[in-house]
Amino acid sequence: MKKKIALLCLMSSVAPVMAAETVNIYSYRQDFLIQPILEAFTKETGIETKVVFAKKGLIERLKREGKFSPADVVLTSNFSKLIQLQDEGLIQPVHDETIEKNIPKSFRDPEGKWFALTKRVRSIYSSKDRQKGSNKIRYEDLADQKYKGKICTRSGKHPYNVGLIASMVAHHGEAKAKEWLQGVKENLARKPQGNDRAQVKAIKEGLCDLSLGNSYYLGKMLKNDKQRSWAEAVNINFPNQADRGAHINVSGVVLTKHAPNKANGVRLIQYLSSKQAQETYASVNMEYPVKEGVPVSDMVASWGKFKEDSIAISEISKHRVTALKLVDEVKFDL
Amino acid sequence: MNRVRITAWHSFSWAAGILLSLPLLALFFQSLSPDNELFVHLWNTVFTDYLTNSILLLVGVLCFSAFIAIPLAWLNAMCEYPLKRFFSWSLMLPLAMPAYLIAAVYTELLDYAGPIQVWLRQTFGWQSPQDYWFFDIVSLAGAVLMLSLVLFPYLYLILRSFWLEHSYDLIRASRVMQHSPWQSFIRVSLPMARGAIVAALALIGMETLADFATVHLFSVNTLTTAVYDTWIDHSSLGAAAKISCVMLLMIFLLIGAEKVGRRQRAVHDTMAREKKAMYTLTGGFGWLAAGVSMLILLLSFFIPVGVLVYYAVIYAAENWRFDFLSHAWNSFQVATIVSLICIALSVGLVIFQRFFQQKGQQIPGQLASTGYAIPGTVLAIGVLIPLTLLDHQVNHWFGQWFDWQPGLIFSGTVFAITFAYVVRFNAIAVGTLENTLAKVSPSIDMAGRTMKLNRFQLMYKVHFPLLRRGCLTAGLLIFIEAMKELPAALLLRPFDYQTLATYIYQYVSDEQLELSALAALFIVGVGLIPLFVVNRNIEAHGR
Repeated sequence: MKKKIALLCLMSSVAPVMAAETVNIYSYRQDFLIQPILEAFTKETGIETKVVFAKKGLIERLKREGKFSPADVVLTSNFSKLIQLQDEGLIQPVHDETIEKNIPKSFRDPEGKWFALTKRVRSIYSSKDRQKGSNKIRYEDLADQKYKGKICTRSGKHPYNVGLIASMVAHHGEAKAKEWLQGVKENLARKPQGNDRAQVKAIKEGLCDLSLGNSYYLGKMLKNDKQRSWAEAVNINFPNQADRGAHINVSGVVLTKHAPNKANGVRLIQYLSSKQAQETYASVNMEYPVKEGVPVSDMVASWGKFKEDSIAISEISKHRVTALKLVDEVKFDL
Repeated sequence: MNRVRITAWHSFSWAAGILLSLPLLALFFQSLSPDNELFVHLWNTVFTDYLTNSILLLVGVLCFSAFIAIPLAWLNAMCEYPLKRFFSWSLMLPLAMPAYLIAAVYTELLDYAGPIQVWLRQTFGWQSPQDYWFFDIVSLAGAVLMLSLVLFPYLYLILRSFWLEHSYDLIRASRVMQHSPWQSFIRVSLPMARGAIVAALALIGMETLADFATVHLFSVNTLTTAVYDTWIDHSSLGAAAKISCVMLLMIFLLIGAEKVGRRQRAVHDTMAREKKAMYTLTGGFGWLAAGVSMLILLLSFFIPVGVLVYYAVIYAAENWRFDFLSHAWNSFQVATIVSLICIALSVGLVIFQRFFQQKGQQIPGQLASTGYAIPGTVLAIGVLIPLTLLDHQVNHWFGQWFDWQPGLIFSGTVFAITFAYVVRFNAIAVGTLENTLAKVSPSIDMAGRTMKLNRFQLMYKVHFPLLRRGCLTAGLLIFIEAMKELPAALLLRPFDYQTLATYIYQYVSDEQLELSALAALFIVGVGLIPLFVVNRNIEAHGR
C-alpha cells in the first residue's frame, strides 16, 4: 500500500497540471500577439491559460499524443493549418450559439469544426518611387514580363503563399495556376527568403519593386522604430479590385478532439469571437476582425476599403495540396 | 560467478544501446510505411536539388573548416609567435557561439541596409544594388561560411593537441634529412595527423548535416529542410522518414570515416612532449601568424559578441528585463542533467567494450551514438514516436489497475527534451571516453587482474580515476551543446516552458535579434565557462 501511495505521489508530481480551471493552448501564433487577449480572458473568467507556442510541428505532436493530449484548443495563423487539423481528425465540432452569432457563416466550418477569428489580406506592396499607380494591380500581373527582376517574396511553401496559390488553382485551374507560378518565379529579383517584412525592406533598399505581404505587417512596421522607414517606402495595394477581389486568409481556432477541459475551451473560443477580443485583434495586431460591426483600427481604416474575394475558404482549401506540389514542380524556392 | 557479471554488463550495454537508438528505429520503421506517392513526387521535382545543396554545404564546410583550422593548429603547436598563449585557448571560443546567432548577426551586418554596405555606398557614391557587387550572405556560400566559423574549433582543438603530443621527433628527423619546414609539414606533420583530421572533420560534418536554423535562416533548401517540409507541410511522416534515411546513409559514411580515422590515430604512441616550440617565427612572419589568428578570432567570435553587446546597450530598455533568467535556469538544469546521464551511460559502455574484446562488443556503443547526427527536428519526431507509445501503454495499465490515468508523463514533460538530448549528445561522451581509455595500456588491466581485482574493482579503482578527465571534458562539451540546442527543444517542450535558445529564437525568427541580445550573450557566456575548464584540463594534460 505504502508503495502504491508513494507511486501515486510521484506520478502526480510529474503529471501535467490538469486543474479544473485552466485551458491549455497549442499556439501557432506568437506569444506576445495573443498574450494581451489571454490575460483579459483570465481576468474575466478566472480561467488560467497555458500555452505552448511553436511555429511548426504542433499538429504532429497533437496527433501522437492522441487521447492523452493536454491541449484543449489550437490557435493557427492561417487556414492551411485549420484544414490539416480537420483532415487529421484532431478536431471536435463545437455548436455554440454565441460563437455562431459572432462569426459569419463564411468564416466557420459548416459543421463547427473550425472557426476563423481574423482576416488577413494577401496584398501587394509596391515601391512609392518606382511603381506609381500600382493600385489596379492583379495577382495575375505578377507573372507579366514587365516585372522581370522586380518581385520579392517569402518562401512559396509558407502557408500564406500556399493559400494564395491554392486560390489561383481554384479560380483558374491547375494548369493555368502552374503557368502563373512559373511566371512569377521568373520575375523574382532574388530567391524567396525572409518573412513578409523583409520583402518590404528589400523594396526600400531598391532590390525589388513589388512584394507579396499580409496587410497587418504594414501597421506593425509603422509602429516599429527600426522598421518605420521600410513601411514608408511602400504603398499597400489590394489586388484584383476590378474583378474577384483580394485573397483572404484567416487566423483561426479549433477545439481538439480529446480536450480535457472542453467547457473552458469553448469558453475561450466564445471569448476570442467576442467584441472585446475582436477589438483587441483589430487594434493591437491590426488585423480585420471577422465579427461584423467591430471596427478596424484607425490606421487600417486609412488604407481604405477594399473588395474581398468571396470564394469560400473550404473551397480554396481543397487545392492546398496541389498548390504545395506546384511550388515543388516549378522549383519556386530554389 | 563470472557468468552472472558478464550478463549484467551485457544487459546494461545492450539496454542502453537499444534505448538510445529507439528514435532511429522508430524512424526506420516509419520509412517503410507506404507513402510512396509523395516521395516519388519529391524525387521527380526537388529532391536532386536538395541533395546537391546538402552535399555542397557539407563539402564546403569541411573544406573551409580545414582551410582555417589546419594552419592555425600547426602554427600554435609548432611555432613561437606573438600572443601564442592567448590564441592557444581563445580560438576555442567560437564553440560557444550558436550558429543561428552568428548567422543572424552577420545577416544584419552584411545586409544591403547594414553598416558595411551603407559605408561603401557613402564612400564610393553608389546609389543602388545594381551599381556594385557585394557578397550575398543569404546563400549557400553564406551558410558554409557561418557554419565553418563556429565549427572549425573542433578540428583546431583535436589537431593542435595531436601535434603537441606526437610530432616533434619525427619532424626533427625530417629536418635532419634536409626538409624545409614546409616540406616537413606536407610530408610528415600532415600525413601523420590524417587520422585526427578525418575524425574531427566527421564530427564537423555531422554537426553540419544536423543544422537546421542556419540553413533555414538563409533559405538554403537541404535535405534537413526537406524532412521538415515533408513532415510539416505535406503531413507525411513516411516520406519524411524516407528522406531521413537518405541523410542517415551520409551520416554512416561519416561515422565510418571517423572510426577509420581513429584507428589510424591509435597507431601512433604518445611520445614525450617538449616545452619548447619547434620553430620561432620572428619579425614579420610572427606578426603575420598572430594577425591571421586574430582575424579568424575576430570574425568568428569578437565581432558577433561585439554586435550583441552593442544591441544590449542600445536597446537596453527591452533587454534588461531578466525575465529570461528563469528560462536560463531551465536550460542550465536540463544541460546539467543530460551531461551527467550521458557520462554515466558512456562510462559503462566504454568499459564494457574494454572488458569484452569479442565480436560485436562495440555495437552497443555505436547504437548509443547514432543520435548525434540526427537533426533536432527529425530527432524530435523520432523521440515522440516511442515516448507517446509508452505513454499510451502506461496510461492503459494505470487505467486498469488504479482507475486513474497519469497523462503524458513521458512525452508531455521535460523528460522528452532530456531523453532527446541524451540520444543526441551521448555520442560525444562515448567518443571522448573511448579515446581516453584507448590511451590506457591494456597491461594496466592485466596488472590489476594479477592483483586479484575483479572487473568491478578494476573499474572502480583503476578505470574511474583514469577516466575522470575525459568525463569532465565530455560532460562540459555536452553541456555547451545542450545549452545551444534549438529545434528539438522547440518541438518537445511542455506548457509554459522555454529554454534560453527557444526564447532567443522567437526574436531571431522575427528578425528582431536586438531585443534578445542580452539573453544571447548569456548563452555565449555560459558556454564559455566550461570551455575554460576544458582548456585548463587539456593544458594540464599536455604538461
